[in-house]
Amino acid sequence: MPSNTVQAPVPGAASGHNDLAGRGARIELTDLSKRYGDFAAVDDISLVIEPGEFMTFLGPSGSGKTTTLNIIAGFVHPTSGTLKVDGAAIEATPAHKRDMGVVFQHYALFPHLTVAENIAYPLKRRGMPKARRAELIRAALDTVHLGDYGHRYPRELSGGQQQRVAVARAIVYSPRVLLMDEPLGALDKKLRDWLQLEIKRIHAELGTTFVYVTHDQEEALVLSDRIAVFNHGRIEQVGPASEMYERPATLFVAKFLGESTVLRGEATREGDGSVVGVCARTLRAAGHIDGPRAAIVVRPERIAVQPRGHQPEPDRNVLPATVTSEIYLGSSRKLELALPDGSTALVRESAGTLSDARPGDEVTLTWRVEDSVLLPDDPEVETVFT
Amino acid sequence: MALLDELSGAARPVTKGRAAAREPGARRPALLILPALIALAVFFLYPLAVVGWNAFTDPEPGLGNFTWFFSEPANIATLVRTFTTALWVTLVSLVLSYPYAYAMTVAGTRVRAALMMLVLLPFWTSLMVRTFAWVILLQDTGVINQILGAVGLGPFSLIRTQTGVIIGMVQLLMPFMVLPLYAVMSGIDKRLLPAARSLGARPATAFVTVYMPLSLPGVSAGCLTVFISALGFYITPALLGSPTDALISQQIFTQVNGLLKWGRGGAMGVILLGLTLAMIALLAVSLRRAGKRVSG
Ligand SMILES: Nc1ncnc2c1ncn2[C@@H]1O[C@H](COP(=O)(O)OP(=O)(O)O)[C@@H](O)[C@H]1O
Ligand SMILES: [Mg+2]
Repeated sequence: MPSNTVQAPVPGAASGHNDLAGRGARIELTDLSKRYGDFAAVDDISLVIEPGEFMTFLGPSGSGKTTTLNIIAGFVHPTSGTLKVDGAAIEATPAHKRDMGVVFQHYALFPHLTVAENIAYPLKRRGMPKARRAELIRAALDTVHLGDYGHRYPRELSGGQQQRVAVARAIVYSPRVLLMDEPLGALDKKLRDWLQLEIKRIHAELGTTFVYVTHDQEEALVLSDRIAVFNHGRIEQVGPASEMYERPATLFVAKFLGESTVLRGEATREGDGSVVGVCARTLRAAGHIDGPRAAIVVRPERIAVQPRGHQPEPDRNVLPATVTSEIYLGSSRKLELALPDGSTALVRESAGTLSDARPGDEVTLTWRVEDSVLLPDDPEVETVFT
Repeated sequence: MALLDELSGAARPVTKGRAAAREPGARRPALLILPALIALAVFFLYPLAVVGWNAFTDPEPGLGNFTWFFSEPANIATLVRTFTTALWVTLVSLVLSYPYAYAMTVAGTRVRAALMMLVLLPFWTSLMVRTFAWVILLQDTGVINQILGAVGLGPFSLIRTQTGVIIGMVQLLMPFMVLPLYAVMSGIDKRLLPAARSLGARPATAFVTVYMPLSLPGVSAGCLTVFISALGFYITPALLGSPTDALISQQIFTQVNGLLKWGRGGAMGVILLGLTLAMIALLAVSLRRAGKRVSG
């Protein structure tokens, strides 16, 4: 797998020195599988996570994200395959010797210990002297902005505060890797948005390798250097968020990351590209696929709504459509349109460039040929994603 | 302090109703316990008062019964024997019940049901019957000595010894240890253990530093119940123990039934009650200290 990660500093991050900063590890999964009886929870996964990278495992529930994370943490033993950290195979290393931090969705704070005692726990296990412990606890609490909460018990904190304590406890010993399994899953939206930025800042401050599990595509887009999209225990595609969004490798990835219109039809080769018959029109797209069953994916902001009869430029695909609904979102507007074959198209217009189209209008949709992503059809995936 | 709260409501996860009952407008539950309170007053508090009255007035008013008790070395020996026996019974019950209750929390539903049945079984047979069963099992030519003999051990004298008494009492009292332990343990979040391991704790350390402190409320509830019950046991030591090693309940019986010394019997009862309450207070304080040490 090519490593195309760029370690850009996060804008606005406190670029200052953090006492807990360390170097992140490189994680290498090779042909990793975990079977429960006949069922493969993780099915032959290979992936390299670069030092200091923010890698997100994104996928629907049951797709094998947690199992993969637990294999890295050492809670689950792979049926086959190898797992290397900084070049050393560690399948046989027990969880308590892996020097990784883990943050769980359910916080997993020890209820009989105060916040400071919880954070001291990993330091005590490492036999650290008391004075040094106190320094590190302070640094960890400051990092998560909970400086004054050391003497409280977990049950005296809100969910968001508890999760920040869990993060402090997981980073206080400067582990090489921080693993997080849906850490914000139990929190409400507003808190989640804020904590996402906090996690991003902490990642930038520490330089640790982060592996983050979520089923929320927005969260994945906000946080990640790279995203691995999971489906049925396999990785469908790995890459930076923008690449995954603009160039999804499968229909499933297109579905999971962002909204899109899917146009299904028969594909035939034509020079460098292909033409696909959709709604008795031909649409053009770059590249080829194996087999005739094709799907063209177009992102909603790439489609322009024109008055019916408008003459498009030659490098654009064209489809007639009828506006069925309009959702005003302030900075943009979302249109749903019916296509002649009964399927639905989605268009998003920015506030500055709204068309005159209203529900009921007959219009023409056009988009550039290069904005048409040609993919093999996947009957499992429905046509419209919102 | 977490443990204090925990102690006051031993099995917090299974006693959610308590909090609800305290809410305003929840007066009616007080009426519901009235019949029980009346029964308690008539059948427990009144006899207790009579016993206490006798201790200070029979045969004549004063502290005579108490000075008699403490001036006889045999009485002190009995008292000490009673407490050490109860301590042993508590300790053995705890050592046997802790892994048993833990196994119940990790077992599948079927195995758990079977284990629960085994715990409750003693409640469905009479105490007398079970004690006689132990007489047969423990006697010098009993099943236990026969089996031990077959593998070349023994024979041991089990009946008419303190060991026999402890074995019988442990079997009878174990449910009172297992049930509170299980109630508390089933409320402990087991996912804390992998969390502790990820933080660098080997499995045994994770168990000792996380699971055990969280199970302490069950330990204290079980120990208190078993210890107090063991202090007052009569039938089992009478049938399994030696008459020369009698426990205080047997001595009370002798005073009252054999010698008709109601005052002396009453004084012994009052002393037993006082010491028991003192032990409870001591145990509660020391457990609280232990809890603080573990978490601190
Ligand atoms: N211990 C287990 N025994 C049997 N099946 C399991 C076990 N753990 C996970 N699975 C199955 O493996 C699949 C992947 O689970 P998981 O990795 O938790 O998915 P995700 O985190 O993506 O939701 C699920 O179908 C789940 O039911
Ligand atoms: Mg999961």
